Amino acid sequence: MKSRIIHGIFVILALPFPLSASLGGDFTSVQADQAKMQGTLQTTSGDSYTVHEIQASTGVAVKEYVSPAGKVFAVTWQGPFHPDLRQLLGTYFDQYAQAVQTQRAHRRDHGPLLIQQPGLVVQIAGHMRSFTGKVYVPQMLPAGVHAEDLR
Amino acid sequence: MKRVHLHGFLSLSLAAALAATVGCSGGSGGGSSTSVPSPTSNVQAIEVNTGPTAGPPYNLPYLDGAFTSVTVCVPGSTTNCQTISGILVDTGSSGLRILSSALTLSLPQQTGSNGSPVVECFPFVDGVTWGPVQTADMTIAGEQAKSLPIQVIGSSNFSTVPNSCTSFGLPLEDDLASLGANGILGIGSFAQDCGTACTQSGASNPGVYFACPSTGCEITTESTTESISNQVQNPVTLFATDNNGVIIELPAVSGAETSVTGSLIFGIGTQSNNALGSVTVYTVDPSTGNFTTVFDGITYQDASFIDSGSNGFYFLDSNTTGIPVCADATFWYCPSSTQNLSATNRGLNGSTGTVNFVVGNADTLTANLDDAAVNGLGGPNSGLFDWGLPFFFGRNVYTAIEGQNTPGGQGPYWAY
Repeated sequence: MKSRIIHGIFVILALPFPLSASLGGDFTSVQADQAKMQGTLQTTSGDSYTVHEIQASTGVAVKEYVSPAGKVFAVTWQGPFHPDLRQLLGTYFDQYAQAVQTQRAHRRDHGPLLIQQPGLVVQIAGHMRSFTGKVYVPQMLPAGVHAEDLR
Repeated sequence: MKRVHLHGFLSLSLAAALAATVGCSGGSGGGSSTSVPSPTSNVQAIEVNTGPTAGPPYNLPYLDGAFTSVTVCVPGSTTNCQTISGILVDTGSSGLRILSSALTLSLPQQTGSNGSPVVECFPFVDGVTWGPVQTADMTIAGEQAKSLPIQVIGSSNFSTVPNSCTSFGLPLEDDLASLGANGILGIGSFAQDCGTACTQSGASNPGVYFACPSTGCEITTESTTESISNQVQNPVTLFATDNNGVIIELPAVSGAETSVTGSLIFGIGTQSNNALGSVTVYTVDPSTGNFTTVFDGITYQDASFIDSGSNGFYFLDSNTTGIPVCADATFWYCPSSTQNLSATNRGLNGSTGTVNFVVGNADTLTANLDDAAVNGLGGPNSGLFDWGLPFFFGRNVYTAIEGQNTPGGQGPYWAY
Protein backbone atom coordinates (compact mmCIF):
# COMPACT_ATOMS: atom_id res chain seq x y z
CA MET A 1 0.00 0.00 0.00
CA LYS A 2 2.63 2.44 1.10
CA SER A 3 5.01 1.51 -1.68
CA ARG A 4 2.25 2.02 -4.20
CA ILE A 5 1.76 5.62 -3.10
CA ILE A 6 5.45 6.27 -3.36
CA HIS A 7 5.46 4.67 -6.79
CA GLY A 8 2.64 6.98 -7.91
CA ILE A 9 4.46 10.06 -6.75
CA PHE A 10 7.59 8.91 -8.50
CA VAL A 11 5.74 8.53 -11.81
CA ILE A 12 4.29 12.03 -11.60
CA LEU A 13 7.68 13.54 -10.84
CA ALA A 14 9.27 11.60 -13.66
CA LEU A 15 6.87 12.96 -16.27
CA PRO A 16 8.52 15.39 -18.65
CA PHE A 17 5.88 17.90 -17.40
CA PRO A 18 5.33 20.23 -20.30
CA LEU A 19 5.20 23.87 -19.22
CA SER A 20 2.11 24.35 -21.29
CA ALA A 21 1.40 22.20 -24.25
CA SER A 22 -1.64 20.56 -25.65
CA LEU A 23 -2.23 21.22 -29.29
CA GLY A 24 0.70 19.49 -31.00
CA GLY A 25 1.72 17.78 -27.77
CA ASP A 26 1.33 14.17 -26.68
CA PHE A 27 -0.75 12.48 -24.01
CA THR A 28 1.36 13.89 -21.19
CA SER A 29 0.15 17.33 -22.21
CA VAL A 30 -3.43 16.10 -21.84
CA GLN A 31 -2.60 15.04 -18.30
CA ALA A 32 -1.04 18.43 -17.65
CA ASP A 33 -4.24 20.09 -18.82
CA GLN A 34 -6.30 17.84 -16.59
CA ALA A 35 -4.13 18.74 -13.61
CA LYS A 36 -4.36 22.45 -14.37
CA MET A 37 -8.14 22.30 -14.78
CA GLN A 38 -8.52 20.00 -11.76
CA GLY A 39 -10.90 17.99 -13.89
CA THR A 40 -11.88 14.39 -14.45
CA LEU A 41 -10.60 12.55 -17.51
CA GLN A 42 -12.51 10.14 -19.71
CA THR A 43 -10.97 8.46 -22.73
CA THR A 44 -12.75 7.09 -25.80
CA SER A 45 -10.84 5.31 -28.54
CA GLY A 46 -12.00 5.25 -32.14
CA ASP A 47 -10.57 4.05 -35.42
CA SER A 48 -8.99 7.31 -36.46
CA TYR A 49 -8.22 8.95 -33.15
CA THR A 50 -8.58 8.86 -29.38
CA VAL A 51 -10.63 11.45 -27.52
CA HIS A 52 -9.68 12.51 -24.01
CA GLU A 53 -12.49 14.47 -22.39
CA ILE A 54 -11.67 16.62 -19.39
CA GLN A 55 -14.64 17.77 -17.33
CA ALA A 56 -13.66 20.77 -15.22
CA SER A 57 -15.57 21.75 -12.10
CA THR A 58 -16.40 25.13 -13.70
CA GLY A 59 -18.70 23.19 -16.03
CA VAL A 60 -16.35 23.53 -19.00
CA ALA A 61 -15.84 20.26 -20.92
CA VAL A 62 -12.70 20.00 -23.05
CA LYS A 63 -12.06 17.28 -25.62
CA GLU A 64 -8.53 16.65 -26.84
CA TYR A 65 -8.16 14.60 -30.02
CA VAL A 66 -5.03 12.45 -30.25
CA SER A 67 -3.95 10.98 -33.58
CA PRO A 68 -2.60 7.45 -34.09
CA ALA A 69 0.80 9.12 -34.13
CA GLY A 70 0.16 10.16 -30.54
CA LYS A 71 -0.19 13.88 -31.08
CA VAL A 72 -3.02 16.21 -30.06
CA PHE A 73 -4.29 17.51 -33.41
CA ALA A 74 -7.48 19.23 -32.23
CA VAL A 75 -9.13 20.54 -29.08
CA THR A 76 -12.83 21.38 -28.69
CA TRP A 77 -14.74 22.66 -25.70
CA GLN A 78 -18.12 23.77 -24.47
CA GLY A 79 -19.38 25.26 -21.26
CA PRO A 80 -20.50 28.40 -19.44
CA PHE A 81 -17.03 30.01 -19.62
CA HIS A 82 -13.92 29.98 -21.76
CA PRO A 83 -11.18 27.48 -20.88
CA ASP A 84 -7.55 28.47 -20.36
CA LEU A 85 -6.68 28.87 -24.00
CA ARG A 86 -3.03 29.59 -23.24
CA GLN A 87 -2.83 26.14 -21.70
CA LEU A 88 -4.78 24.35 -24.44
CA LEU A 89 -3.02 25.99 -27.38
CA GLY A 90 0.44 25.54 -25.90
CA THR A 91 3.12 26.53 -28.36
CA TYR A 92 0.45 27.73 -30.80
CA PHE A 93 -0.85 30.37 -28.41
CA ASP A 94 1.41 33.24 -29.52
CA GLN A 95 0.58 32.66 -33.19
CA TYR A 96 -3.12 32.67 -32.33
CA ALA A 97 -2.89 35.74 -30.09
CA GLN A 98 -1.17 37.74 -32.81
CA ALA A 99 -3.70 36.65 -35.46
CA VAL A 100 -6.68 37.51 -33.29
CA GLN A 101 -5.30 40.95 -32.43
CA THR A 102 -4.74 41.68 -36.11
CA GLN A 103 -8.25 40.54 -37.05
CA ARG A 104 -10.04 42.37 -34.24
CA ALA A 105 -8.22 45.60 -35.08
CA HIS A 106 -9.88 45.59 -38.49
CA ARG A 107 -13.32 44.31 -37.58
CA ARG A 108 -16.15 46.70 -36.92
CA ASP A 109 -18.60 44.41 -35.23
CA HIS A 110 -19.01 41.81 -32.53
CA GLY A 111 -19.58 38.17 -33.27
CA PRO A 112 -17.95 34.76 -33.12
CA LEU A 113 -14.21 34.45 -33.64
CA LEU A 114 -12.81 32.61 -36.61
CA ILE A 115 -9.06 32.61 -37.14
CA GLN A 116 -8.01 30.69 -40.22
CA GLN A 117 -4.30 30.43 -40.82
CA PRO A 118 -2.42 27.91 -42.97
CA GLY A 119 -1.22 26.03 -39.90
CA LEU A 120 -3.90 26.80 -37.35
CA VAL A 121 -7.68 27.21 -37.16
CA VAL A 122 -9.39 28.70 -34.10
CA GLN A 123 -13.17 29.03 -33.77
CA ILE A 124 -14.89 30.47 -30.70
CA ALA A 125 -18.66 30.94 -30.54
CA GLY A 126 -21.42 31.68 -28.06
CA HIS A 127 -22.56 34.18 -25.52
CA MET A 128 -22.51 34.79 -21.77
CA ARG A 129 -22.96 31.38 -20.00
CA SER A 130 -22.69 29.30 -23.17
CA PHE A 131 -19.50 29.09 -25.18
CA THR A 132 -18.03 26.57 -27.58
CA GLY A 133 -14.70 26.44 -29.32
CA LYS A 134 -12.54 24.39 -31.61
CA VAL A 135 -8.86 24.62 -32.47
CA TYR A 136 -6.98 22.34 -34.82
CA VAL A 137 -3.91 22.05 -36.99
CA PRO A 138 -5.17 21.17 -40.48
CA GLN A 139 -1.95 19.38 -41.46
CA MET A 140 -2.19 17.10 -38.42
CA LEU A 141 -5.70 15.77 -39.08
CA PRO A 142 -5.49 11.96 -39.54
CA ALA A 143 -6.49 10.67 -42.98
CA GLY A 144 -10.26 10.66 -43.45
CA VAL A 145 -10.95 12.96 -40.50
CA HIS A 146 -12.84 16.16 -41.24
CA ALA A 147 -12.60 19.10 -38.90
CA GLU A 148 -16.39 19.64 -39.20
CA ASP A 149 -16.99 16.27 -37.55
CA LEU A 150 -15.08 17.15 -34.39
CA ARG A 151 -17.62 18.35 -31.83
CA MET B 1 -30.45 59.80 -53.23
CA LYS B 2 -29.55 57.81 -50.21
CA ARG B 3 -31.28 60.27 -47.91
CA VAL B 4 -34.51 60.24 -49.89
CA HIS B 5 -34.53 56.47 -49.78
CA LEU B 6 -33.98 56.45 -46.03
CA HIS B 7 -36.69 59.02 -45.45
CA GLY B 8 -39.19 56.88 -47.27
CA PHE B 9 -38.14 53.90 -45.25
CA LEU B 10 -38.53 55.66 -41.94
CA SER B 11 -41.99 56.88 -42.86
CA LEU B 12 -43.01 53.36 -43.65
CA SER B 13 -41.64 51.98 -40.39
CA LEU B 14 -43.30 54.78 -38.43
CA ALA B 15 -46.61 53.92 -40.01
CA ALA B 16 -46.06 50.27 -39.19
CA ALA B 17 -45.21 51.12 -35.59
CA LEU B 18 -48.37 53.21 -35.25
CA ALA B 19 -50.44 50.42 -36.71
CA ALA B 20 -48.87 47.96 -34.28
CA THR B 21 -49.60 50.21 -31.33
CA VAL B 22 -53.22 50.56 -32.32
CA GLY B 23 -53.44 46.80 -32.74
CA CYS B 24 -51.99 46.18 -29.28
CA SER B 25 -54.26 48.53 -27.38
CA GLY B 26 -57.24 47.12 -29.20
CA GLY B 27 -56.24 43.61 -28.21
CA SER B 28 -55.93 44.13 -24.47
CA GLY B 29 -59.40 43.24 -23.29
CA GLY B 30 -61.61 45.16 -20.96
CA GLY B 31 -62.58 48.56 -22.13
CA SER B 32 -62.51 50.77 -19.06
CA SER B 33 -58.96 52.02 -19.36
CA THR B 34 -59.57 55.68 -18.65
CA SER B 35 -58.82 55.89 -14.92
CA VAL B 36 -55.41 54.20 -15.08
CA PRO B 37 -52.62 56.27 -13.48
CA SER B 38 -50.19 57.67 -16.02
CA PRO B 39 -47.89 54.77 -16.89
CA THR B 40 -44.11 54.84 -16.70
CA SER B 41 -42.57 55.77 -20.00
CA ASN B 42 -41.09 52.47 -21.11
CA VAL B 43 -40.00 53.17 -24.69
CA GLN B 44 -36.39 53.98 -25.50
CA ALA B 45 -35.33 54.89 -29.04
CA ILE B 46 -32.62 52.75 -30.57
CA GLU B 47 -30.81 53.20 -33.84
CA VAL B 48 -28.79 50.85 -35.99
CA ASN B 49 -26.05 53.21 -37.10
CA THR B 50 -22.30 53.28 -37.63
CA GLY B 51 -21.71 54.01 -33.95
CA PRO B 52 -19.13 56.12 -32.13
CA THR B 53 -16.12 54.70 -34.00
CA ALA B 54 -17.35 55.69 -37.47
CA GLY B 55 -15.28 58.86 -37.74
CA PRO B 56 -11.59 59.66 -37.41
CA PRO B 57 -9.31 58.62 -35.89
CA TYR B 58 -10.97 55.18 -35.78
CA ASN B 59 -12.73 55.01 -39.14
CA LEU B 60 -14.39 51.76 -38.07
CA PRO B 61 -18.08 52.24 -38.92
CA TYR B 62 -20.02 49.63 -36.95
CA LEU B 63 -22.02 46.98 -38.81
CA ASP B 64 -25.36 45.76 -37.50
CA GLY B 65 -25.23 47.19 -34.02
CA ALA B 66 -28.23 48.81 -32.28
CA PHE B 67 -27.18 51.83 -30.25
CA THR B 68 -28.91 53.87 -27.58
CA SER B 69 -28.06 56.16 -24.68
CA VAL B 70 -28.32 55.74 -20.90
CA THR B 71 -28.11 58.21 -18.05
CA VAL B 72 -26.02 57.28 -15.05
CA CYS B 73 -25.96 59.19 -11.77
CA VAL B 74 -23.95 58.95 -8.60
CA PRO B 75 -26.29 56.88 -6.41
CA GLY B 76 -28.87 59.07 -4.70
CA SER B 77 -28.01 62.16 -6.73
CA THR B 78 -30.28 63.76 -9.32
CA THR B 79 -27.72 66.31 -10.44
CA ASN B 80 -24.43 64.45 -10.53
CA CYS B 81 -25.41 62.64 -13.69
CA GLN B 82 -24.19 61.94 -17.20
CA THR B 83 -25.98 60.81 -20.34
CA ILE B 84 -23.83 58.56 -22.49
CA SER B 85 -24.67 57.76 -26.10
CA GLY B 86 -23.22 55.08 -28.35
CA ILE B 87 -24.23 52.26 -26.00
CA LEU B 88 -24.64 48.90 -27.76
CA VAL B 89 -27.92 47.09 -27.01
CA ASP B 90 -27.04 43.45 -26.26
CA THR B 91 -29.56 40.71 -25.51
CA GLY B 92 -26.68 38.22 -25.42
CA SER B 93 -25.29 39.46 -22.10
CA SER B 94 -26.53 41.00 -18.89
CA GLY B 95 -25.27 44.14 -17.20
CA LEU B 96 -24.29 47.70 -18.01
CA ARG B 97 -20.63 48.20 -18.95
CA ILE B 98 -19.24 51.64 -19.70
CA LEU B 99 -15.83 52.60 -21.00
CA SER B 100 -13.82 54.50 -18.44
CA SER B 101 -12.87 56.94 -21.22
CA ALA B 102 -16.56 57.78 -21.78
CA LEU B 103 -17.35 58.30 -18.10
CA THR B 104 -16.78 61.69 -16.49
CA LEU B 105 -18.54 60.83 -13.23
CA SER B 106 -16.74 59.42 -10.24
CA LEU B 107 -18.83 56.46 -9.08
CA PRO B 108 -18.49 54.57 -5.79
CA GLN B 109 -16.28 51.50 -6.02
CA GLN B 110 -17.63 48.14 -4.85
CA THR B 111 -15.44 46.48 -2.27
CA GLY B 112 -15.26 42.86 -1.20
CA SER B 113 -15.67 41.70 2.36
CA ASN B 114 -11.92 42.08 2.89
CA GLY B 115 -12.18 45.75 1.88
CA SER B 116 -10.46 45.33 -1.50
CA PRO B 117 -11.89 46.80 -4.70
CA VAL B 118 -13.82 44.28 -6.81
CA VAL B 119 -12.71 44.15 -10.46
CA GLU B 120 -14.21 42.01 -13.20
CA CYS B 121 -12.86 40.06 -16.15
CA PHE B 122 -16.01 39.62 -18.20
CA PRO B 123 -15.88 37.12 -21.07
CA PHE B 124 -17.60 38.02 -24.32
CA VAL B 125 -17.22 35.71 -27.31
CA ASP B 126 -14.59 37.80 -29.08
CA GLY B 127 -12.90 39.57 -26.20
CA VAL B 128 -12.87 40.28 -22.50
CA THR B 129 -13.64 43.49 -20.66
CA TRP B 130 -11.50 44.19 -17.59
CA GLY B 131 -12.40 46.84 -15.07
CA PRO B 132 -13.82 47.71 -11.65
CA VAL B 133 -17.36 47.08 -10.44
CA GLN B 134 -18.91 50.40 -9.42
CA THR B 135 -22.40 51.48 -8.45
CA ALA B 136 -24.70 53.90 -10.28
CA ASP B 137 -28.34 54.90 -10.55
CA MET B 138 -29.20 54.22 -14.19
CA THR B 139 -32.09 55.86 -16.02
CA ILE B 140 -33.37 54.85 -19.44
CA ALA B 141 -36.70 56.08 -20.84
CA GLY B 142 -38.80 56.54 -17.68
CA GLU B 143 -37.26 53.56 -15.92
CA GLN B 144 -34.65 53.65 -13.20
CA ALA B 145 -32.34 51.00 -11.73
CA LYS B 146 -31.08 52.30 -8.41
CA SER B 147 -27.74 51.27 -6.89
CA LEU B 148 -26.96 49.19 -9.94
CA PRO B 149 -23.60 47.37 -9.95
CA ILE B 150 -21.99 48.10 -13.33
CA GLN B 151 -18.59 47.46 -14.86
CA VAL B 152 -16.33 50.38 -15.74
CA ILE B 153 -14.07 49.12 -18.52
CA GLY B 154 -10.43 50.05 -18.88
CA SER B 155 -9.95 52.06 -15.72
CA SER B 156 -6.38 53.30 -15.29
CA ASN B 157 -6.63 52.45 -11.58
CA PHE B 158 -6.59 48.76 -12.42
CA SER B 159 -4.30 48.56 -15.42
CA THR B 160 -2.67 45.26 -14.48
CA VAL B 161 -4.74 42.41 -15.88
CA PRO B 162 -4.37 39.09 -14.02
CA ASN B 163 -2.87 36.17 -15.92
CA SER B 164 -6.01 34.10 -15.56
CA CYS B 165 -7.93 36.84 -17.39
CA THR B 166 -5.53 37.03 -20.31
CA SER B 167 -5.38 33.21 -20.39
CA PHE B 168 -8.88 33.11 -21.84
CA GLY B 169 -6.88 34.01 -24.93
CA LEU B 170 -9.26 36.75 -25.95
CA PRO B 171 -8.22 40.31 -26.72
CA LEU B 172 -8.95 43.04 -24.21
CA GLU B 173 -11.79 45.26 -25.36
CA ASP B 174 -10.83 48.15 -23.16
CA ASP B 175 -11.03 51.25 -25.36
CA LEU B 176 -13.33 52.75 -27.95
CA ALA B 177 -11.50 51.24 -30.91
CA SER B 178 -11.61 47.69 -29.56
CA LEU B 179 -15.09 47.83 -28.01
CA GLY B 180 -16.71 49.72 -30.91
CA ALA B 181 -19.09 51.38 -28.44
CA ASN B 182 -19.01 53.67 -25.42
CA GLY B 183 -20.59 50.88 -23.46
CA ILE B 184 -22.74 47.78 -23.61
CA LEU B 185 -26.26 47.54 -22.24
CA GLY B 186 -26.73 43.84 -21.49
CA ILE B 187 -30.45 43.11 -21.25
CA GLY B 188 -30.50 39.38 -21.91
CA SER B 189 -32.43 36.57 -20.25
CA PHE B 190 -30.12 36.26 -17.21
CA ALA B 191 -30.66 38.41 -14.13
CA GLN B 192 -26.94 38.91 -13.52
CA ASP B 193 -23.82 38.22 -15.51
CA CYS B 194 -22.09 35.30 -13.79
CA GLY B 195 -24.59 33.60 -11.52
CA THR B 196 -23.88 31.01 -8.85
CA ALA B 197 -20.57 29.93 -10.44
CA CYS B 198 -18.88 33.09 -9.17
CA THR B 199 -19.98 32.40 -5.60
CA GLN B 200 -18.05 29.10 -5.60
CA SER B 201 -14.60 28.73 -4.13
CA GLY B 202 -11.63 26.79 -5.43
CA ALA B 203 -11.45 25.18 -8.85
CA SER B 204 -15.19 25.63 -9.45
CA ASN B 205 -14.82 29.40 -9.62
CA PRO B 206 -14.50 30.54 -13.24
CA GLY B 207 -12.30 33.54 -12.45
CA VAL B 208 -14.62 36.37 -13.46
CA TYR B 209 -14.61 38.52 -10.30
CA PHE B 210 -11.40 39.54 -8.55
CA ALA B 211 -10.56 41.29 -5.31
CA CYS B 212 -7.74 43.66 -6.10
CA PRO B 213 -5.74 45.05 -3.18
CA SER B 214 -2.63 47.00 -4.14
CA THR B 215 -0.62 43.80 -3.86
CA GLY B 216 -2.46 42.15 -6.77
CA CYS B 217 -5.74 40.58 -7.71
CA GLU B 218 -7.24 37.38 -6.34
CA ILE B 219 -10.33 35.55 -7.51
CA THR B 220 -13.31 36.36 -5.31
CA THR B 221 -15.77 33.85 -3.95
CA GLU B 222 -18.78 34.09 -1.72
CA SER B 223 -16.57 34.07 1.36
CA THR B 224 -14.65 37.09 0.12
CA THR B 225 -17.60 38.29 -2.06
CA GLU B 226 -18.96 37.97 -4.98
CA SER B 227 -22.54 37.28 -3.98
CA ILE B 228 -25.31 37.14 -6.56
CA SER B 229 -26.62 40.58 -5.62
CA ASN B 230 -23.16 42.17 -5.80
CA GLN B 231 -22.61 40.90 -9.34
CA VAL B 232 -23.17 43.14 -12.34
CA GLN B 233 -26.95 43.03 -12.72
CA ASN B 234 -29.30 43.09 -15.66
CA PRO B 235 -30.59 46.64 -15.08
CA VAL B 236 -34.14 45.71 -16.10
CA THR B 237 -34.55 43.46 -13.05
CA LEU B 238 -33.92 46.47 -10.79
CA PHE B 239 -36.66 48.63 -12.34
CA ALA B 240 -39.65 49.31 -10.08
CA THR B 241 -42.01 48.26 -12.89
CA ASP B 242 -41.69 46.77 -16.38
CA ASN B 243 -38.92 44.58 -14.96
CA ASN B 244 -39.68 41.15 -16.43
CA GLY B 245 -38.11 41.57 -19.87
CA VAL B 246 -37.70 43.69 -22.97
CA ILE B 247 -38.93 43.94 -26.55
CA ILE B 248 -36.76 45.09 -29.42
CA GLU B 249 -38.64 46.43 -32.41
CA LEU B 250 -36.78 47.15 -35.62
CA PRO B 251 -38.14 47.57 -39.15
CA ALA B 252 -37.43 45.16 -41.98
CA VAL B 253 -34.20 45.82 -43.86
CA SER B 254 -33.58 44.90 -47.46
CA GLY B 255 -29.91 44.54 -48.33
CA ALA B 256 -27.87 47.38 -46.88
CA GLU B 257 -29.31 50.60 -45.46
CA THR B 258 -27.61 53.65 -43.99
CA SER B 259 -29.42 53.33 -40.69
CA VAL B 260 -32.77 52.33 -39.20
CA THR B 261 -34.50 53.40 -36.02
CA GLY B 262 -36.55 51.30 -33.65
CA SER B 263 -37.62 50.89 -30.07
CA LEU B 264 -36.45 49.17 -26.94
CA ILE B 265 -39.58 48.59 -24.85
CA PHE B 266 -39.36 47.56 -21.21
CA GLY B 267 -41.72 45.06 -19.65
CA ILE B 268 -43.75 42.23 -21.14
CA GLY B 269 -47.50 42.45 -20.69
CA THR B 270 -47.15 45.24 -18.14
CA GLN B 271 -48.56 48.07 -20.24
CA SER B 272 -50.72 48.55 -23.30
CA ASN B 273 -47.66 48.82 -25.57
CA ASN B 274 -45.91 45.59 -24.57
CA ALA B 275 -48.55 42.88 -24.76
CA LEU B 276 -47.48 39.54 -26.19
CA GLY B 277 -50.25 39.63 -28.78
CA SER B 278 -49.93 36.84 -31.29
CA VAL B 279 -46.24 36.04 -30.88
CA THR B 280 -45.04 32.53 -30.03
CA VAL B 281 -43.19 31.89 -26.78
CA TYR B 282 -40.02 29.76 -27.04
CA THR B 283 -38.67 28.91 -23.61
CA VAL B 284 -34.90 28.55 -23.30
CA ASP B 285 -32.62 26.37 -21.21
CA PRO B 286 -32.27 28.23 -17.91
CA SER B 287 -28.60 27.29 -17.53
CA THR B 288 -27.33 27.95 -21.05
CA GLY B 289 -29.84 30.48 -22.34
CA ASN B 290 -30.18 28.48 -25.55
CA PHE B 291 -32.97 26.80 -27.47
CA THR B 292 -32.87 24.43 -30.45
CA THR B 293 -32.54 25.14 -34.15
CA VAL B 294 -32.82 22.62 -36.95
CA PHE B 295 -31.17 23.68 -40.19
CA ASP B 296 -30.86 21.49 -43.27
CA GLY B 297 -31.38 18.33 -41.24
CA ILE B 298 -28.76 19.29 -38.66
CA THR B 299 -30.05 19.78 -35.12
CA TYR B 300 -28.45 22.36 -32.87
CA GLN B 301 -29.86 20.84 -29.70
CA ASP B 302 -29.79 23.41 -26.90
CA ALA B 303 -27.16 25.18 -28.97
CA SER B 304 -28.90 28.09 -30.65
CA PHE B 305 -29.53 31.63 -29.46
CA ILE B 306 -30.91 35.03 -30.43
CA ASP B 307 -28.44 37.83 -29.73
CA SER B 308 -28.77 41.49 -30.72
CA GLY B 309 -25.09 41.92 -29.84
CA SER B 310 -23.88 39.60 -32.61
CA ASN B 311 -24.10 41.18 -35.98
CA GLY B 312 -25.05 38.38 -38.34
CA PHE B 313 -26.38 34.89 -38.88
CA TYR B 314 -23.53 32.65 -37.78
CA PHE B 315 -23.96 28.93 -38.41
CA LEU B 316 -22.25 25.81 -39.67
CA ASP B 317 -19.34 26.00 -42.07
CA SER B 318 -18.59 26.39 -45.73
CA ASN B 319 -18.14 22.66 -46.46
CA THR B 320 -21.51 21.76 -44.95
CA THR B 321 -23.58 24.68 -46.24
CA GLY B 322 -21.88 24.84 -49.63
CA ILE B 323 -21.73 28.61 -49.24
CA PRO B 324 -18.24 29.95 -49.88
CA VAL B 325 -16.60 32.29 -47.40
CA CYS B 326 -15.24 35.65 -48.56
CA ALA B 327 -11.71 35.67 -49.89
CA ASP B 328 -10.54 38.49 -47.66
CA ALA B 329 -12.87 38.03 -44.69
CA THR B 330 -13.06 34.29 -44.09
CA PHE B 331 -15.36 34.85 -41.11
CA TRP B 332 -18.20 35.85 -43.49
CA TYR B 333 -20.09 34.03 -46.21
CA CYS B 334 -19.82 35.33 -49.77
CA PRO B 335 -22.31 33.46 -51.98
CA SER B 336 -22.41 34.56 -55.62
CA SER B 337 -26.14 35.23 -55.22
CA THR B 338 -28.29 35.84 -52.16
CA GLN B 339 -29.29 32.56 -50.51
CA ASN B 340 -32.89 32.19 -49.30
CA LEU B 341 -32.70 29.82 -46.36
CA SER B 342 -34.99 28.51 -43.69
CA ALA B 343 -34.59 26.90 -40.29
CA THR B 344 -36.88 25.71 -37.52
CA ASN B 345 -36.57 27.01 -33.98
CA ARG B 346 -37.83 24.94 -31.09
CA GLY B 347 -38.28 26.01 -27.49
CA LEU B 348 -37.93 23.79 -24.45
CA ASN B 349 -41.71 24.11 -24.20
CA GLY B 350 -42.07 22.38 -27.56
CA SER B 351 -43.09 25.48 -29.51
CA THR B 352 -41.75 25.35 -33.03
CA GLY B 353 -41.67 27.83 -35.84
CA THR B 354 -40.00 28.31 -39.20
CA VAL B 355 -37.63 31.21 -39.75
CA ASN B 356 -36.91 32.33 -43.28
CA PHE B 357 -33.69 34.25 -43.61
CA VAL B 358 -31.22 35.35 -46.24
CA VAL B 359 -27.46 35.17 -46.48
CA GLY B 360 -26.00 37.56 -49.00
CA ASN B 361 -22.53 38.35 -50.26
CA ALA B 362 -20.77 40.06 -47.36
CA ASP B 363 -18.22 41.74 -49.63
CA THR B 364 -21.07 43.43 -51.51
CA LEU B 365 -23.19 44.12 -48.44
CA THR B 366 -20.36 45.81 -46.55
CA ALA B 367 -18.82 47.68 -49.48
CA ASN B 368 -20.45 51.02 -48.66
CA LEU B 369 -18.99 52.12 -45.34
CA ASP B 370 -21.99 54.41 -44.73
CA ASP B 371 -24.32 51.41 -44.49
CA ALA B 372 -24.82 50.28 -40.90
CA ALA B 373 -27.99 48.18 -41.20
CA VAL B 374 -27.26 45.10 -43.25
CA ASN B 375 -29.62 42.18 -43.71
CA GLY B 376 -28.00 38.97 -44.91
CA LEU B 377 -24.65 39.22 -43.18
CA GLY B 378 -23.64 35.71 -42.19
CA GLY B 379 -20.68 33.50 -41.52
CA PRO B 380 -19.44 30.16 -40.25
CA ASN B 381 -19.76 29.23 -36.60
CA SER B 382 -18.43 26.44 -34.46
CA GLY B 383 -21.01 24.37 -32.63
CA LEU B 384 -23.71 26.99 -32.14
CA PHE B 385 -26.36 28.71 -34.24
CA ASP B 386 -26.21 32.46 -33.65
CA TRP B 387 -29.24 34.54 -34.66
CA GLY B 388 -27.66 37.99 -34.59
CA LEU B 389 -29.11 41.44 -35.13
CA PRO B 390 -30.47 40.78 -38.65
CA PHE B 391 -32.93 38.37 -37.00
CA PHE B 392 -34.49 41.43 -35.33
CA PHE B 393 -35.14 43.22 -38.65
CA GLY B 394 -38.88 43.17 -39.27
CA ARG B 395 -39.64 41.30 -36.04
CA ASN B 396 -40.66 42.31 -32.55
CA VAL B 397 -38.45 40.12 -30.38
CA TYR B 398 -39.31 39.59 -26.71
CA THR B 399 -36.65 38.53 -24.19
CA ALA B 400 -38.08 37.43 -20.83
CA ILE B 401 -35.75 37.34 -17.84
CA GLU B 402 -35.17 34.20 -15.77
CA GLY B 403 -37.54 33.73 -12.85
CA GLN B 404 -39.77 36.63 -13.87
CA ASN B 405 -43.50 36.15 -14.41
CA THR B 406 -45.13 37.35 -17.60
CA PRO B 407 -48.50 36.72 -19.26
CA GLY B 408 -46.64 34.20 -21.46
CA GLY B 409 -45.31 32.26 -18.48
CA GLN B 410 -42.11 32.52 -16.52
CA GLY B 411 -38.81 33.52 -18.10
CA PRO B 412 -36.35 32.77 -19.48
CA TYR B 413 -37.83 32.77 -22.96
CA TRP B 414 -37.81 34.44 -26.31
CA ALA B 415 -41.00 35.30 -28.13
CA TYR B 416 -41.46 36.65 -31.62
